[in-house]
Amino acid sequence: MELIISEKNSISRIIKKVDEYFSKIEKQQLRDQIVEDIYGCAERIASKNVRIEGGRQTDWGEKVDDILTSKWLGFPIMLLLLGGVFWLTIIGANYPSAMLGEALFWVEDRLTEFFTWTQAPEWLYGILVMGVYRTMAWVVSVMLPPMAIFFPLFTLMEDLGYLPRVAFNLDNFFKRAGTHGKQSLTMSMGFGCNAAGVIAARIIDSPREKLIAILTNNFVPCNGRFPTLIILATIFMGNMVNSAYSSFVAAAVVVGIVLVGIIITLLVSWGLSKTFLKGVPSSFTLELPPYRKPQIGKILVRSFLDRTLFVLERAVMVAAPAGVFVWIFANTGIGGVSLINYVANILDPFAVLIGLDGIVLLAFILGFPANEIVIPIIVMSYLSAGAMLEPDSAEALREILVTNGWTWVTALSTMLFSLLHFPCGTTLLTIRKETESLKWPVFSFLLTTTIAIVVNFLVVQLIYLF
Amino acid sequence: MGLTARSSGLNLLRENFNIDYSKKNPIIALAGNPNTGKSTVFNGLTGLRQHTGNWPGKTVTQAQGNFRYQGQEFTLIDLPGTYSLLANSTEERIARDFICFARPDATIVVADATNLERNLNLVLQVTELTDNVILCLNLMDEAERKNIKIDVAGLKNDLQIPVVPTVARDGKGLKELKNTVYDIVNKNIVVHPYRVKYSPEIENAVEELVQELRTMLTGIEKYINLHWLSLRLLEGDKTIMRSIKDLFLKDDSFETKTEGVVQTDGVNYI
Amino acid sequence: MYLTNLPLGSKGRVVKLTAKGKKRRRLLDLGLIPGTVVEAIRRSPSGDPTAYIIRGTVLALRSEETNFIEVEELTQRRDILWA
Ligand SMILES: Nc1nc2c(ncn2[C@@H]2O[C@H](COP(=O)(O)OP(=O)(O)OP(=O)(O)O)[C@@H](O)[C@H]2O)c(=O)[nH]1
Ligand SMILES: [Mg+2]
Repeated sequence: MELIISEKNSISRIIKKVDEYFSKIEKQQLRDQIVEDIYGCAERIASKNVRIEGGRQTDWGEKVDDILTSKWLGFPIMLLLLGGVFWLTIIGANYPSAMLGEALFWVEDRLTEFFTWTQAPEWLYGILVMGVYRTMAWVVSVMLPPMAIFFPLFTLMEDLGYLPRVAFNLDNFFKRAGTHGKQSLTMSMGFGCNAAGVIAARIIDSPREKLIAILTNNFVPCNGRFPTLIILATIFMGNMVNSAYSSFVAAAVVVGIVLVGIIITLLVSWGLSKTFLKGVPSSFTLELPPYRKPQIGKILVRSFLDRTLFVLERAVMVAAPAGVFVWIFANTGIGGVSLINYVANILDPFAVLIGLDGIVLLAFILGFPANEIVIPIIVMSYLSAGAMLEPDSAEALREILVTNGWTWVTALSTMLFSLLHFPCGTTLLTIRKETESLKWPVFSFLLTTTIAIVVNFLVVQLIYLF
Repeated sequence: MGLTARSSGLNLLRENFNIDYSKKNPIIALAGNPNTGKSTVFNGLTGLRQHTGNWPGKTVTQAQGNFRYQGQEFTLIDLPGTYSLLANSTEERIARDFICFARPDATIVVADATNLERNLNLVLQVTELTDNVILCLNLMDEAERKNIKIDVAGLKNDLQIPVVPTVARDGKGLKELKNTVYDIVNKNIVVHPYRVKYSPEIENAVEELVQELRTMLTGIEKYINLHWLSLRLLEGDKTIMRSIKDLFLKDDSFETKTEGVVQTDGVNYI
Repeated sequence: MYLTNLPLGSKGRVVKLTAKGKKRRRLLDLGLIPGTVVEAIRRSPSGDPTAYIIRGTVLALRSEETNFIEVEELTQRRDILWA
């Protein structure tokens, strides 16, 4: 365009001129007056054209809010709702999980027959069926059902309008931690996916508070991680009690883990705003919109298309190469020890200190691209080391783990580590993009991993003490 | 001496906002208060599946999509929700800069029909920036349930812009919305919105500034309404000058050399 | 009296804002200009923030904000809600 600004610094000259014309006080008055004039005009037009007929009936939403944010019931209801969502996920995932497992391992048998019939080389069969297919089958049968159930339930709460109420209830804790009240909204998004949670932090305007929200988002278990929590809670903690209560106990344990995540988020936020990211909370306003009837059909369609297909795609993209990798590592070795055991043995002494074993720690490292594959890799690695179980049910999974020395302490440690450890690759890339620097993803990686190691170490040592 | 404009023409200006302008579609912006159903309208018009949710701030990324009406294709941009355009937050700055500099061919302001007054506050700010504004009165079903009756014709008359009542969630009223967009873009209707009348002391101050600006920034009135710009300068909004500098000028001297002078009124703009 | 001290369930009229700078601008943009009637409706179970009906919208404000908004209490109590 032909716009030519004739003189250098003309913009600052203009601003200086304005400053000369009007004093600071005058400007504040003018500014106030501008806003008042606009609102005045809006008020006039609105009152002229809007009529409320027959008075207003009391809004049921107000009554619901009276309960959901009440002093005594506000927090218990939040926990109950969260627990309820987990419980529905646990019992809902059970059946499809078993079905999918059976179907997929039936297909595996057919594949095996096919490979035997074509007399394909052993290694090809191993890589394709025992490696690629099995890992994918595990992701789909074990991880997918809880995700496919949790996500629509969560979206339902979002569409109803419950999330801002959660932010309202929890705000004071965030304020005391020196962070923004909307951080709880970004955390809620993190339940779906931490990368989405990191992006959601854009609603926070102050750079300092935005960074805190980004760095701590990982302490919310995302949809890719919490099937791990649910499965382990079900087969280890749930099994400790009468089977009639096991799903409740499992749900309660998962709620407990989520609470640990929230508490750590608050502590870390507080720590950050006292050290690296010093400052006071910036101004905060939160709108509590009216409750709205969710569109169940749309939610289901959207969850299926956006979530289920997304997970399947990731399963192929990540689980397949991981399967190849694990199989090769499990089947090539130095001096009779497979590579996977070789590496696991190196990691083992350290892993034991934090309640895991070498294989589990290795699985977390290999699960860096996507947390969905951690449990499948653990199972694959154990199976490759000998056991010939057909891993098609929760019971079988439990047996595999127990045979490999798992106790409830291992399960708890794995859950805690899963909750606290480094963010997945996608999340770290998103942090890089959002902060436009390499420093913060690296910091996030180090911070979360250090916290995971410290917490795990303390918990495990405390348990062994008693 | 003599700073040349960084971009030459509206297309390049629009490219600054990541708009795919290869097809030369008319650009339609969706603005509005948070949580009024902008993304729902966006989905309804484009058939895309932009995420919606019942909380303010759901949309943080700028989404764009296309829709066709009467054989013509339009590009629709879903802007973040804001209470005002006075640029007190990043979203407000994005929305304002978009309407101000990318100069959409039409701007749809999606308003919550149950809460007209607060929403009109934004409408009145948008009409200060651009003429081609359509008021989409959304959530009409909720308004009805709350016994809120809105005189659409009266509103149209007072605001002097097209007003389209909708229930975006059920797709009601969207056809008429498209029709209105089509009419405005093709100049079948010409809009001259009602503008806020400010108190005399403000109008006087603005008058003085407009004169100043005209001589100092020759040529800029083609792109920016000087009356509006003066109002922003009056209230000490420096973000607008930064945006102008970012988009029009190559020189960085403004930022580096004059910081001390600029930040005199104790207001910190990030 | 400041908005912080407005009892739950009662209404007040904004007299003036004592906030400065960006905070002041934000509050003004929300429609908190002198003369605006606000109603305190509920407080977070954690003690802060408090939700107010401001020009038809329910908005939660922290005490950091409401300490800078001067109001006069209106005697009339919560009879009609105008959300
Ligand atoms: N009853 C009713 N609900 C609607 C209508 N339009 C949208 N909604 C709902 O209102 C909520 C907000 O819709 P969104 O489209 O996400 O709103 P938005 O303006 O994009 O919100 P932000 O991106 O946060 O600014 C969602 O729960 C929608 O389902 C409508 O016409 N009637
Ligand atoms: Mg949106």
